[in-house]
Amino acid sequence: MQPALSIKNLRKTYDNQLEALKGIDLDVAKGDFFALLGPNGAGKSTTIGIICSLVRKTEGVVTIFGHDIDRDFSIAKQFVGVVPQEFNFNQFEKPIDILVAQAGYYGIKANIALERAEKYLKQLGLWERRNEISRTLSGGMKRRLMIARALIHEPQLLVLDEPTAGVDIELRRSMWEFLKEINDQGTTIILTTHYLEEAESLCRNIAIIDHGTIVKNTSMKALLKQLDRETFILDVREELTECPTLEGYPLTLADGHSIEVDVTKGQSMNEIFIELSRQNIHVISMRNKANRLEELFFDMVEKNLIDAAGGQTDE
Amino acid sequence: MNSSQKWIAFDTILRREIRRFLRIWPQTLLPPIITIVLYFVIFGQLIGSRIGTMSGLPYIQFVAPGLIMMSVITNSYSNVVSSFFGSKFQRNIEELLVSPTPNWIILLGYVAGGMSRGLGVGFIVTLLSLYFADFSIHSLPVTIAIVLMTSLMFSLAGLINAIFAANFDDISIIPTFVLTPLTYLGGVFYSIDLLSEFWRNLSMINPVLYMVNAFRYGIAGITDIPIVWAFSMVGLFSLLLFFLALRLLETGSRLRS
Repeated sequence: MQPALSIKNLRKTYDNQLEALKGIDLDVAKGDFFALLGPNGAGKSTTIGIICSLVRKTEGVVTIFGHDIDRDFSIAKQFVGVVPQEFNFNQFEKPIDILVAQAGYYGIKANIALERAEKYLKQLGLWERRNEISRTLSGGMKRRLMIARALIHEPQLLVLDEPTAGVDIELRRSMWEFLKEINDQGTTIILTTHYLEEAESLCRNIAIIDHGTIVKNTSMKALLKQLDRETFILDVREELTECPTLEGYPLTLADGHSIEVDVTKGQSMNEIFIELSRQNIHVISMRNKANRLEELFFDMVEKNLIDAAGGQTDE
Repeated sequence: MNSSQKWIAFDTILRREIRRFLRIWPQTLLPPIITIVLYFVIFGQLIGSRIGTMSGLPYIQFVAPGLIMMSVITNSYSNVVSSFFGSKFQRNIEELLVSPTPNWIILLGYVAGGMSRGLGVGFIVTLLSLYFADFSIHSLPVTIAIVLMTSLMFSLAGLINAIFAANFDDISIIPTFVLTPLTYLGGVFYSIDLLSEFWRNLSMINPVLYMVNAFRYGIAGITDIPIVWAFSMVGLFSLLLFFLALRLLETGSRLRS
């Protein structure tokens, strides 16, 4: 099946000679919810910039639903909607005007544009604020306005560059629900985010980019299977003055009422509970120290950093 | 995009531009009107009455076409330069750059916006000037054609300035150090016949001279230079600026990283 996005040997060297992309290859299947992760400066925004033609590529081929962004730019652009990292709308205009104008740039008639603007502003909880100057909207509302704007021409591929940055948890979760819904309706979504929990709960496939190269490109399930160690925090009823010991399980005392334990693949949580119980320590709750994807992400980025340094570390 | 979609895109940009300058009318429409009224009062009535005639016309009638043209020039230019640079600064130009709207439509949309303001202010100033000076139209086609071409040319120039501008200083340098001297030395307030041969020849490279003279011909029927020559020069400058502006948009110079 034709991919929604296909990137071949994509390179970008900026005027200041910074090599942001060093020949990346990437395919995103139609209907996918895809995460593009990487540390700051890894090349995520450059990749997105090239896809939506805000950044000029140095080399390589990018096709969107089979349309080359150079040769068939007009058709290719109809397929893409982009939500950038920074607010990039006229802050002195009203949300309704911003949306209708954006539709106009795609050649959509005003009556259809108004219908769609109403639909998306309502879905994203902005309808009541449609006639207010955009500058007066909160940060979360501005982000939702950019999502509505990106959807106004009903693109088949939606690219979101850190859409929930600076958004509170409640709003973030409602945005997740909205994105899941439009993905279920068939829109392919590519997401970059610093919230790895977001990527883990939303995305089916993932690519990790670092120093302008793709260091991992696989399914979320396959990636999480690679995780061979997790750190749990156990909250205990008794106040502890020293760290208990458990054979085969490295424990550290986080504070008087919580212990950190590293559990590797094949080890049993049950053994830990039984052994602690024997020592008259009762576990009342348990949680992951870090998000599972976060642990893998740091492992991979760190490994890439060591590889880039020729296998040498500071140690 | 088919031609109907392109028309919608053009219409959207134009409407947005008109809405912008109407929304901020105290900044865009009021100042040029006050400025021109002051020019008429000071140069036309107070000083003009002592000057007598210029090229056979009462001074206020001689200066009126130049003042109308000056308002068309400055408003066409400043509308595009401030609007396009503002879009660059706020990054909302990206709304257009990510869309399938062709570059030539973006160019025409902004230029049409600049022309709307330039011609709108020019029309208001013409009505005001009728209060201060009596004049009839000598040639309506010449008057309309030259005012349209002038507005087009300076809207294009404003767009080019905005593309190159990196900060707000850059959008005021050209109007202050290029546009104002060109306008003042472009025969608005005097006939170039008053100048020595050297300065008269130097004035001939000033495009504003051709526009002011052609416009004055359209209104009063007098000119320092042949009309065909004036139209040819304005047409040539406009064509050059159009292709330069289009080239800059096509290459994405200073707009795309």
